[in-house]
Amino acid sequence: MFQRAKSLTAILAATTMLATTAFAGELVINTDTSDPAPKEAFEVLIKGFEAENPDIKVTWNLFDHEGYKTSIRNFLTADAPDLANWYAGNRMLPYVNAGLFEPVDDVWDENGLRESLASAEGSMTIDGKIWGVPYTYYQWGVYYRKDIFEANNIAVPTNWDEFKAAGETLKAAGVTPITIGTKYLWTAGGVFDYLNLRTNGYDFHMALTKGEESWTDDRVRATMANWKELVDAGFWIDNHAAYSWQEALAPMVQGDAAMYVMGNFAVAPLREAGLTDDQLGFFQFPIINPDVPVAEEAPTDTLHIPSNAKNKEDAKKFLAYLARADVQTQINETLGQLPINSESTVGDDKFLQAGYKMLSSTDGGIAQFFDRDAPAEMAKAGMEGFQEFMVKPERLDDILERLEGVRKRVYK
Amino acid sequence: MRSYWKQNQQRLAPWLFLAPGIFMFAVYVIIPIFQSLSISLYAWDGLGEKEYVGLANYVELMDDRAFYTSLKNNVIWLVLYMLAIPAGLFVALFLNQTVRGIRIYKSLFFFPFVISQVVVGLVFSWFYDPNFGLLNIGLQAIGLEPIAVLADENWVTYGIIAAGLWPQTAYCMILYLTGLNAVDPEQIEAARLDKAKGLKMLWYVVLPQLKPATFIAMVVTIIGALRSFDLISIMTDGGPYGSSRVLAFYMYEQAFSEYGFRMGYGAAIAVVLLAIMMIYITAFLYKMYRDERGL
Repeated sequence: MFQRAKSLTAILAATTMLATTAFAGELVINTDTSDPAPKEAFEVLIKGFEAENPDIKVTWNLFDHEGYKTSIRNFLTADAPDLANWYAGNRMLPYVNAGLFEPVDDVWDENGLRESLASAEGSMTIDGKIWGVPYTYYQWGVYYRKDIFEANNIAVPTNWDEFKAAGETLKAAGVTPITIGTKYLWTAGGVFDYLNLRTNGYDFHMALTKGEESWTDDRVRATMANWKELVDAGFWIDNHAAYSWQEALAPMVQGDAAMYVMGNFAVAPLREAGLTDDQLGFFQFPIINPDVPVAEEAPTDTLHIPSNAKNKEDAKKFLAYLARADVQTQINETLGQLPINSESTVGDDKFLQAGYKMLSSTDGGIAQFFDRDAPAEMAKAGMEGFQEFMVKPERLDDILERLEGVRKRVYK
Repeated sequence: MRSYWKQNQQRLAPWLFLAPGIFMFAVYVIIPIFQSLSISLYAWDGLGEKEYVGLANYVELMDDRAFYTSLKNNVIWLVLYMLAIPAGLFVALFLNQTVRGIRIYKSLFFFPFVISQVVVGLVFSWFYDPNFGLLNIGLQAIGLEPIAVLADENWVTYGIIAAGLWPQTAYCMILYLTGLNAVDPEQIEAARLDKAKGLKMLWYVVLPQLKPATFIAMVVTIIGALRSFDLISIMTDGGPYGSSRVLAFYMYEQAFSEYGFRMGYGAAIAVVLLAIMMIYITAFLYKMYRDERGL
């Protein structure tokens, strides 16, 4: 017994030592890139960095996607890594305000990033300082089963009427038009973003997520009325509240559903599940109100230095490496996403090319995502409301009033 | 000094032995309770400055529908979770026999308590899956409409409680099995001579002897119902739109989850939860006090 207790303390001591000692030349990186493609991209990235900097040893802690969002708070305050990935825009505001992220203006200045990453400078800047380095972004839109569309003679819909007509044709053929899994809520946020961007435009959408417009406004109601048309017509798969976004891929793979309003990261698992490029296609979310300038959604992923990091010098080296054109080209090829660096080349994957073409011709503005543009509390209440609305559309008034109540409390 | 120790040895020794326990209990239970009480009077995101808001968090709770949904679900949990006690007793009586291989059967029935709640949650999520879940295949086989238990606001709480009853029944079963070992065979014999059998035997002779087991089973079941968290988190994440939350989960969501970090509001929910638990705790303490005095 005593022997066992002794070896137990030895193990405990060993693990605490592992957790706290970070000798010079060791760089600790925490990321939530646990899906296969992002994981591989980071493996390649870290290997490349280590090859160029043989004196630096990188320790990489991989978190699962949903859990990371909670644990980042703990490790930023308690046991900070030297680098952590996060998101641009309002989403990093709480950490910037709490002084948990380190400004990296010097990395930007020394490496000419103000030119090469110019497109993302705005979303990385808070209070006149730059708080991280963006390394990838990706388009949202409608991913669809090309073969099912072709079998039913449906052309790619470009406006709202065509979109609804396409859905009706699919339903008549026994295919549910759109799949979605709202268990973790954010997928419904993406749908709202697009419906609102297309109905009311970028400026109103941003004002709404910033808390400057009321949720009971008639313009919000117009967005929801468009959404209700899809709900009433039975366009969404049944029981979506029981599925995560990955589980909702299954009906599309099996051919029971034909479309998915999603980000480009859905392509990798869809391909892995056996869909070929002849079966899978992408189109821009259809135009609803032709009078509003076309805006898109393209969330940016970023890497930051926590203020409590132990090895900031090497962390800055890593950021400079990450910002380089050739590195961004390489990792985004693996990620299946778009590089931020303007001198990088976009992979010749057809979805990437489509997204790149769409985003570079967007003149109406680029939104990050509902839960990155709106503050956390508003985002949570909003997305929960959207989920409820998709199941019980008759509760719309109640939901909007509740959201208005949250808005009044959150933005003081 | 030495004589003081000699004189008071009898009085001091118990306190010295209790000291480590009291210290731990104070640091990890008593002090945090008062900290919660104080945090619940502030608006605080856990990172920045605390702002004193008085009873504003509680006032907001009074007007928060999500809070009432959680409270209602907590009551449902408390009531239905109690089913684990008779169910456990039934299984224990059934398994309390000597046939070949009974130990294997006992371990099989105990199995759900051994595996992690997370695994139980996953198993039941698949069981309830509207497309390929066993439940809906069964329902369709007898000509009923499939139910998406975990996506339906009316069914979801009952669905999760059913999943929770599975391991909890096993727990109560093991408590009763141990209790049944201690049942006095002479009393059974005497009751037999008086022609007692079946339910009467159970009610008047066996159950009174199982009273300690029943007491423990009730305590662990009530505590289990009030801290039901992992199953909800795994099976629904509180959804659909918050209709399967209980107070413990709502507190976690407000204070620690991705979109939460309202420490003050979370603490206020924790205080309400504590108040509910206090009802039970007081009742149990009172009962134990009476038992000790032999009343």
